[in-house]
Amino acid sequence: MHIWVRMLLTPVPTLNSDHPMLNLFRLCALIPLVLASAASGAETRLTLTGSSSVGPLAAEIARRYEVAHADVRIDVQTGGSSRGVTDALSGRADIGMASRALKPEEKDLTAVTIALDGITIIIHRDNPVRNLTRDQVIALFTGKTVSWSAVGGPDRPVVVVNKAEGRSTLELFLHHFGLKAEQIKASVVIGDNAQGIKTVAGNPDAIGYVSMGAAQTDADAGVPVRLVSLDGLAPTVAAVGDRTWPISRPLNLVIKGEPNGHAAGFIALARSAQVNDLILDLALVPPPR
Amino acid sequence: MSRRPADAFLRVASITSVALAGLILVAVVGVIVAGALPGLRTFGPWGFLGSAIWHPSSGQVGALAMVVGTIGVTGLALLIAVPLGGLTGLASGWLLPRGLAGLLRLVVMLASGLPSIVVGLWGLTAVVPILAQWHPPGASLLAAGLVLAMMTVPTVALIVDSALRTIDQQQRQATAALGLSSWGALAAVGLPTLRGGLLTGGVLATTRALGETMAVLLVAGNVVQVPGSIFDPVRTLTAGIALEMAYATGDHRAALFVLGLIALMVVMALLLTLRWLVRDDGTGAGYV
Repeated sequence: MHIWVRMLLTPVPTLNSDHPMLNLFRLCALIPLVLASAASGAETRLTLTGSSSVGPLAAEIARRYEVAHADVRIDVQTGGSSRGVTDALSGRADIGMASRALKPEEKDLTAVTIALDGITIIIHRDNPVRNLTRDQVIALFTGKTVSWSAVGGPDRPVVVVNKAEGRSTLELFLHHFGLKAEQIKASVVIGDNAQGIKTVAGNPDAIGYVSMGAAQTDADAGVPVRLVSLDGLAPTVAAVGDRTWPISRPLNLVIKGEPNGHAAGFIALARSAQVNDLILDLALVPPPR
Repeated sequence: MSRRPADAFLRVASITSVALAGLILVAVVGVIVAGALPGLRTFGPWGFLGSAIWHPSSGQVGALAMVVGTIGVTGLALLIAVPLGGLTGLASGWLLPRGLAGLLRLVVMLASGLPSIVVGLWGLTAVVPILAQWHPPGASLLAAGLVLAMMTVPTVALIVDSALRTIDQQQRQATAALGLSSWGALAAVGLPTLRGGLLTGGVLATTRALGETMAVLLVAGNVVQVPGSIFDPVRTLTAGIALEMAYATGDHRAALFVLGLIALMVVMALLLTLRWLVRDDGTGAGYV
């Protein structure tokens, strides 16, 4: 039944999905289903909220879990790592998702790492630059280098694509390069990885940093972006896996207390080798098991 | 007042609808104010309105640059959309023969129904790269203005078109009987109506442009700065909230609620100004 519900909730792409009548229609269409499910009472719901970097993988694992357990319906909602942590603490979510390690003040939670993801620097495919040193990256992002010719590229202005304040990718990038948010001289500020990749793909002068999984998947699909080597080290899934890639992060499920029932079952599946194919499909790295 | 049951029913229904609509508005404003209060207490009103530097994680919450961005993007969009939409509406509502006018009207209606996110993606993949070639970085006040103009031209055109079509055939025949040329007729009865249509269309376009978030977020560049030219990136208030809300906690989150409150005040100020400009001057033009 949950597939029906999901189809109804999926916005129809050719219509204006903001249209209030459409929402009303969907809502009305849902009523008999909701009533039926309440009457049968057999369905268990599991809610996951949090990081948009963990979301796609969690959704794939959820689909697999639902196939094995027809009576379970799993909701995966994204809204940032902070939300995942807050919701797991408050009990609003059965499982939270966070693309960072837990902070000391979050000791009430337990983190389970289900995959690793690198942060990589991307440029447009037409840009001849292949490698950047740590100092070059710092100079480019802080506005000390204003032309690509200084790092072996054409004499074109550098367009710096930065992440919006509060995003964990930004924090990790700043931390690795020893920078403060105020020091970055951005030309474009973006939200999620997809917007970052589209922005760089549309601008031959751009430089940005995004999730390696997202960037590699899109580059393989023909999107005109290039992942740049850092100090001679190529940005590959293998380098993230053996921990030689310097900017990487754990993709975590976070839970409060001891999980039970289907939450425990879901976590067991997520940390097993059975989901390795899903992890690799998203260009992420399975954690050491 | 009639005592017929149908009238009584309609009366109750309409009063209930008005009350409900009012209640929802009060609830929304209430939630925004409640969310904004902690931010106003921490940073003070001048923390927001006296500065243009936005680094909430280090306690700087100046919103001025975003207010300028919001007004600039909306203003540029109107500057493009009102003349273009007005001329389009004039063509379909007055100048063109019936068959062609119908065809044009259909195209404009289709354009007005385009989801804003589709227009935004068009901006990101078509407009921004062209602007980037010409005047980097491409994502800019100009790009946002063009995308918003694309969304609001049909609004203005449709309102002008329907205003012009309220002039009936008899009036047009009367102008012909008086010996006016077709351009004379346009000046005598068309233009006064056109003016009203433009003003109403302009107000509707303004509210649409002010509220638009996602399409602008994709193409405006979102750098918090007072733009030096139309080629500089800007961030609007609504884009600022959308970019950061999901990731904000504590003071940062409260500061975003204050941005919402400021956005609300900017919208109110602009609409009141427009109402004042469009105030009834006896021509019947200002029916906003």
